[in-house]
Amino acid sequence: MHQPNVIEASNLHLSFETNDGPVNALSDVNLSIKKGDFVSFIGPSGCGKTTLLRVLADLDEPTSGAVTVNGVSPRDARLARAYGYVFQAAGLYPWRNISSNIKLPLEIMGYSKSEQKSRVSKVLELVELLGFEKKFPWQLSGGMQQRASIARALAFDADILLMDEPFGALDEIVRDHLNEQLLKLWKSTNKTICFVTHSIPEAVYLSTKIVVMSPRPGRIIDVIESDLPIDRPLEIRDTKKFIELSQRVREGLRSGHSDE
Amino acid sequence: MSEKSKFFPVISVLTVIVILWYGFSVVLNSPWAFDQAKRNTISLSFPELVSKTWSQKRPKLPTPHQVASEMWNTTVHQKITSKRSLVYHTWITFSETMFGFLLGTSLGILLAIAIVHNRATAISVMPWIITSQTIPILALAPMIIVALGSAGFSGLLPIAIISMYLSFFPVVVGMVKGLRSPERLELDQMKTWSASGPQVLIKLRLPKSMPFFFTSLKLGMAAALVGAIVGELPSGGGGGLGFRMLSGSTFGNTLHIWSGLFSAALLAAALITFIGILQKVILKKMALEL
Repeated sequence: MHQPNVIEASNLHLSFETNDGPVNALSDVNLSIKKGDFVSFIGPSGCGKTTLLRVLADLDEPTSGAVTVNGVSPRDARLARAYGYVFQAAGLYPWRNISSNIKLPLEIMGYSKSEQKSRVSKVLELVELLGFEKKFPWQLSGGMQQRASIARALAFDADILLMDEPFGALDEIVRDHLNEQLLKLWKSTNKTICFVTHSIPEAVYLSTKIVVMSPRPGRIIDVIESDLPIDRPLEIRDTKKFIELSQRVREGLRSGHSDE
Repeated sequence: MSEKSKFFPVISVLTVIVILWYGFSVVLNSPWAFDQAKRNTISLSFPELVSKTWSQKRPKLPTPHQVASEMWNTTVHQKITSKRSLVYHTWITFSETMFGFLLGTSLGILLAIAIVHNRATAISVMPWIITSQTIPILALAPMIIVALGSAGFSGLLPIAIISMYLSFFPVVVGMVKGLRSPERLELDQMKTWSASGPQVLIKLRLPKSMPFFFTSLKLGMAAALVGAIVGELPSGGGGGLGFRMLSGSTFGNTLHIWSGLFSAALLAAALITFIGILQKVILKKMALEL
């Protein structure tokens, strides 16, 4: 079955000036992502994984090369509300309760009041936060805040979810739980997810495709198509296949560091 | 610091000030007391000197209890519509202050919004805003009164304009900082939603600027009151605490000066306390308290 490419990048370069001279944040990045893929970008800090995500979201502009999202430029994709973006920090507004935080993008996009309300309860159910509508961010744990922020990114029916280390600041137990939930959510919504992480188990557990990156210059070292089954209980991490995949990722990360 | 632990330092400083004040009253008022005694060819013992210096009708430096009783007499024992009433003068200064404060705050917010959204405005207007505050208001006030007077404006408006001139400045400075306080992540987030400039302003920048806003309001209010008092000096005849202090100075009535001064201080304290309460309540409700 042929699935169209949702994201396509070819010969992507991005460099920016610093006091120490130019830094190559992205160098010759080629990538295609199919609809419904769960793609993880993994690599040490400075490898350009966040920058790549920001380019896809039209938050940063490439120096050269071509990139399309849903067949159009990142800017047009952003204006067409093609993606929801989840940042490292939940970024909830302390003066708005959870329901009204999730309504924020909907208000900006001009959804009607009744539409806002029904969408809020729909996405709160998806992230298992029903009943917390009237709570304020400070009344929620870090994990719950991040779930609310995912709900906010889901609220306006974007086909693509871009996630920049969304669970990076959380402890491992909460992280496991949220990873499980995220997989469930991905299966039930059939969204394309791009997920930045620096945790090997997280990348292998979640992804259908793992993009291994390396710094100086930021580049892609290896693209691993995972053949793990779609249904993944947490215990899958103890299977031989999972361990093999993890090893391949680790080798990729290590080879990228051989010059140091 | 808790209320309790603040109590003793505040009280000890206050006590020292009051003791010094009574001491200076004796020193400054004694020449006149000695003069009187010489004229009546009597000599004064120290207790007599003290009691005479603390109860003169027109002392160089009135004692705290004289100022207090002057204030009591001119608020309680005068009709509030009388020109002898401190309430009457305080009310005039209060209305000028509020008028100037409202004008100044509005101007300050509008300028801050323009500066934050437009680089050209920031570059071209900011130096003038700073320059405006380096011109002594005492020199500028008569010119504003005369200019506006010849244009047919007199009474409250010219004084409110002078008050605005001082009070918009802290609001501009504070609000520029406040409107720029959203973090990069929050602005990126808004961009991913393709929010327009006005949407970012209303939904993010303005709410986020509230802690800066209230601090600016306190400074702006204090400046507005100073502006109103300074504006009353060259206007003449209109009344107000500044007028009261000026006429006290002209006629050597120190009690009028000191009671006017204390009324102004009490008015400032009341207005700033009011803003402080609003600040506490609103920031707590917005979970923005620092």
